Amino acid sequence: MVAGATDLYPLDAVRRASWDVRVGRELPLLDVSRLPELREIRLSPSGLRLGAAVTFSEIAEAGLPDWCRALVQAAREVGGRQIQNRATIGGNLCNASPAADSAPPLLAFEAEVELASVAGRRRLALSRFLLGNRKTALLPGELLVAIDIPHPGPGTRSLFSKLGARRHLVISIVSLAVVLRLEASGRIDRVRLAVGACAPTAVRLKSLEEELSGLDVGTAEARIAPARLVELAPIDDVRASATYRLEATAELLRRALRELAAVARCAGGSDR
Amino acid sequence: MSDEPMVLRLRVNGDPVTLAVDPFLRLSELLRERLGLFGTKVGCEAGDCGACTVLLDGAQVCACLVPAFQLGDREVTTIEGLTRDPLGRRLQQAFLACGAVQCGICTPGMIMAAYDLLRRIPHPSREQIETALGGVLCRCTGYLRILDAVLAAASGRIPELPPSGGVGVRIAKRDGLGKVTGQDRFGADAAPEDALWLRVVRSPHARARFELGDLAAFCRRHPGIRAVFTAKDVPGRNRFGIYPDVKDQPVLAEGEVRYRGEAVLLLVGDRDAVEAVRLADLPLTFMPSDAITSPAQALAGELPPVHADRPDNVLVRGTFRTGDAAHLLASAPLRASLELETSFVEHAYIEPEAGWARRLGERIEIGVTTQTPYMDRDEVAAILGLAPEQVRILPTCCGGGFGGKLDLSVQPFLALAAWLSNAPVRMVYDRIESMASTTKRHPAHIRVEAAVDASGRMCALRFSGTFDTGAYASWGPTVAGRVPLHASGPYRLAHIDAEALAVYTNNTPAGAFRGFGVPQTALAVEQLVDELALRLGRDPLAFRLDHALRRGDPTPFGQRLTSCGLVPCLEALAPAWRELRARSEAMNAEARTRGDARRRGVGLAAMWYGCGNTAMSNPSEIRVGLRRDGRFVLFNGVQDIGQGSNTVLVQILASALGVPEDWIESTAADTALTRDAGKTSASRQTYVSGRATELAGRDLRAKILRLANAGPDARIVAEPGRLVVEDRGLRHELWLERLAADADGIVLEGLGRFDPPARAVEDGCGAPYGAYAFGAQLAEVEVDLGLGTVRVLQVHAAHDVGRAINPQQVEGQIHGGIVQGIGLALMEEYVPGRSENLHDYLIPTVGDVPTIVVHLIEDPQPDGPFGAKGVGEPALIPTAPAILNAIHHATGVRPRKVPVLPHRLRAALLAHGEPP
Repeated sequence: MVAGATDLYPLDAVRRASWDVRVGRELPLLDVSRLPELREIRLSPSGLRLGAAVTFSEIAEAGLPDWCRALVQAAREVGGRQIQNRATIGGNLCNASPAADSAPPLLAFEAEVELASVAGRRRLALSRFLLGNRKTALLPGELLVAIDIPHPGPGTRSLFSKLGARRHLVISIVSLAVVLRLEASGRIDRVRLAVGACAPTAVRLKSLEEELSGLDVGTAEARIAPARLVELAPIDDVRASATYRLEATAELLRRALRELAAVARCAGGSDR
Repeated sequence: MSDEPMVLRLRVNGDPVTLAVDPFLRLSELLRERLGLFGTKVGCEAGDCGACTVLLDGAQVCACLVPAFQLGDREVTTIEGLTRDPLGRRLQQAFLACGAVQCGICTPGMIMAAYDLLRRIPHPSREQIETALGGVLCRCTGYLRILDAVLAAASGRIPELPPSGGVGVRIAKRDGLGKVTGQDRFGADAAPEDALWLRVVRSPHARARFELGDLAAFCRRHPGIRAVFTAKDVPGRNRFGIYPDVKDQPVLAEGEVRYRGEAVLLLVGDRDAVEAVRLADLPLTFMPSDAITSPAQALAGELPPVHADRPDNVLVRGTFRTGDAAHLLASAPLRASLELETSFVEHAYIEPEAGWARRLGERIEIGVTTQTPYMDRDEVAAILGLAPEQVRILPTCCGGGFGGKLDLSVQPFLALAAWLSNAPVRMVYDRIESMASTTKRHPAHIRVEAAVDASGRMCALRFSGTFDTGAYASWGPTVAGRVPLHASGPYRLAHIDAEALAVYTNNTPAGAFRGFGVPQTALAVEQLVDELALRLGRDPLAFRLDHALRRGDPTPFGQRLTSCGLVPCLEALAPAWRELRARSEAMNAEARTRGDARRRGVGLAAMWYGCGNTAMSNPSEIRVGLRRDGRFVLFNGVQDIGQGSNTVLVQILASALGVPEDWIESTAADTALTRDAGKTSASRQTYVSGRATELAGRDLRAKILRLANAGPDARIVAEPGRLVVEDRGLRHELWLERLAADADGIVLEGLGRFDPPARAVEDGCGAPYGAYAFGAQLAEVEVDLGLGTVRVLQVHAAHDVGRAINPQQVEGQIHGGIVQGIGLALMEEYVPGRSENLHDYLIPTVGDVPTIVVHLIEDPQPDGPFGAKGVGEPALIPTAPAILNAIHHATGVRPRKVPVLPHRLRAALLAHGEPP
């Protein structure tokens, strides 16, 4: 299966690095990049539906509402504009890199994927679709058709943040998304946290979410610490150490919460 | 989708095209190999560099990632198409006029990305430009001039540069047009018709013995393979290396490999057949053994040595001693010391190594991207067992070098394959092959210690550096020779004990890289100088001024400096230094009270650098001529790798002749036609070849004036078919058709040769270089204490260049050097086997570039052309230490290892105790 094709050739390079066969791929391939159903972006009161072959540029420029901001920010961080013009959200999920930029926001939005095969269609929570490094729940003969993001409720705000050693074209040391709704009192009504590049797949931080729920933002910030990121299992690699990844995640989560709370307070309960 | 050929219809630059293609053919290959549109460059084939950026249905994409099967009925626009479009032409003009072009390999991709932007957003903000260009890497320019060019094209206010003006004038880059239009041909852009494809089979192991089986049988089983060549087939010397006495690297390994990526055998034949061979198909068995991965391990001696004839793994030990450093260090009232580790750094030129070769009877021609055509010629001749005259090197345009193209890469393979198979051959390294097999900057482990005497003056320095030279010598001896001489920094210092050790390991060979070990040295020494100043309670700039070398001073090795503008450099930085230091301290005080995690810091570093080879002859010869049609010709053996020699040498010649630049034509380097102008390295071309050009120009001018019987102040005026010499109101006409012309159509010629005087350093005394460049830079950084990230906000650079022949080109070198220095300080770390690509190995993007302010200082070099000396390497040297000193100013922490990756700085901050 191929859509934006931006991962079609770089996979050759992995083989090439051992000076082995320079060209070779599994055939046949099905090009799904022009299937109309996979190309649509549909916004409705119940949420957002993204066809799997929608590109990151299209997501960034679709004029999506404020609650989608994390997704739009992530779309602008995938490679350079050349990649954003071709790479698709479905491809990003199916290739299942631990550092896939679209995964944290989609997980934090509790997105579902719709899969189709000759046997019919099925839906799966994204968290159950991403199984490991380069591993998904996609069965042979199955196609990722669309990603459905349920509306997170009025007054919800979101944010994506990515840390790398340079500004553009960088594989994340850590990436994360926060989806937040505050009560009128300023306490956390609902918070969803997801982190990329710190485990074999991007993961939700459910235990921390539970802990933070109902707290005021200042108290919540103080609760965020590396030891509380129990779902993460980062590794040491050329980009950073595992210890650093945990610390940086905690720091970025604190900052994201602070920034989102400020935005949410300014915006009040507006639904835009 | 299968791999059956398909018929494809698309539009390219407005024209309909129909082709039968492999459905998996990349658009980049389709454009280049099938349509001959070589303006689209290929740098990585992975979407990491953006060199192949084209428009697909009006939107920028990486052509290397678009398969043919998705191209049906689509519209493709390439750099060649922009010349037909007003906006495209405006961008091309703006890139030229703003100095946005150096080597030119990224230029088509940059222009295409900018074109995409300006069609969407005609008047973009600077931030929008950065985002739009963020996917294209440039290794030469430092990006700022590119941003200027896009802004200029958007506003329509494109500066106009004069075509001539002589030395000191910003004339337009003479060879720029072919780069902005995509017409220039680089290593991978040309080859003889029907050239066979050449592939090197390399070792996947860092250390192994290997056995070869029945290669003839292998060839019979693979009909597309014309030949397989191994070490046994090398007709001459199966060894190469920079130094006549250290030729230690086999062209093809002989039963043993010493680093991952070492060449084992050559496959020649049909491209698809050659590329399809699997390692397992070959009768080749590796028997890996434990590799030596660090100098410490090499010196410990527990594993067998890398080379049997070097039992201690020491390639060379360079030393410089003067005075009695040991005594002063033991007795001085104040001492400081510092230890620092640096990493392998990859040149990351955007053009991978590539070329072609063909045999013509008993001669061979090689077209190749290179920094050193004449050395290539001599090495290839020895490998083939030929005389140098039988080898002709025709350098292509060079898409960046920085020292990495001073070693042989594709040259001997092309030569062997073409010679032995008697057929034209061609090869192009892919990015992984380029990174894994070619040289790097030496990782260094440096310990440095210095003492201050009772009067507060730095009096003694001990320097000890261990440099990982990898599996083969390459330029290791140059590094070990140059480093101890530069260990003092540009300071008056009489007691020095400096030693540099180059050690063999089973890592990628380390070779020449912009500065030959001096950048690593300055990283340690300039931090130590800061440390001494701070311990004395002195201002680091004032402390440096106290010690700065001045014109007329002897260097630590007793050579009188005839040109030294260091003090003016430091003085030029002083106002910004005072203002920014004070501002950052005020901001930090405020940030502390606010609980903000950001801290500012401002750091300084100074540098010196001997231009040209260390204590060795390195002459340049230049021939110039007057043609019968009244045009002047520069027979230019100097290889321009983007640094601008094609422009500045013509300016030097124009000023020496007393004519405008647009009367001068320039030939490309060609070892059969041009004189040997040496290597493009060691910041020597402006100084050495520039001087030779000046002398050649003066020689020719004297001959012309003699013919006209005119005095030295006469004016030369060219008119069609004749020259007019005006002298004190008199006009002498020279009718050129009456003069005999040589085979090149030359009626009068001028010759120039310059070999900077140099004397080896013995017993602490010598004169190893003809000229010394000086400079200083300050860097302002913002450190995020919580994350350990560092952003460089601005760099002020003051460089004594002797004379800026073309200030725009000099500034371009400085910008590019600074941005490479930022990479060295903050992000670049090559790990053999792990970061052999441009997404794991990070170089700065357009978003990582600070504001840069350049001060050009001109203390004339007496034997430089019009006073000029080099700047290419000097520009890079002070940047990284200035950044490290700024990090210290911001945080109180001195990182022990570069690059200062976020996790390293964060760990250092935690150990230091301050951060939140």
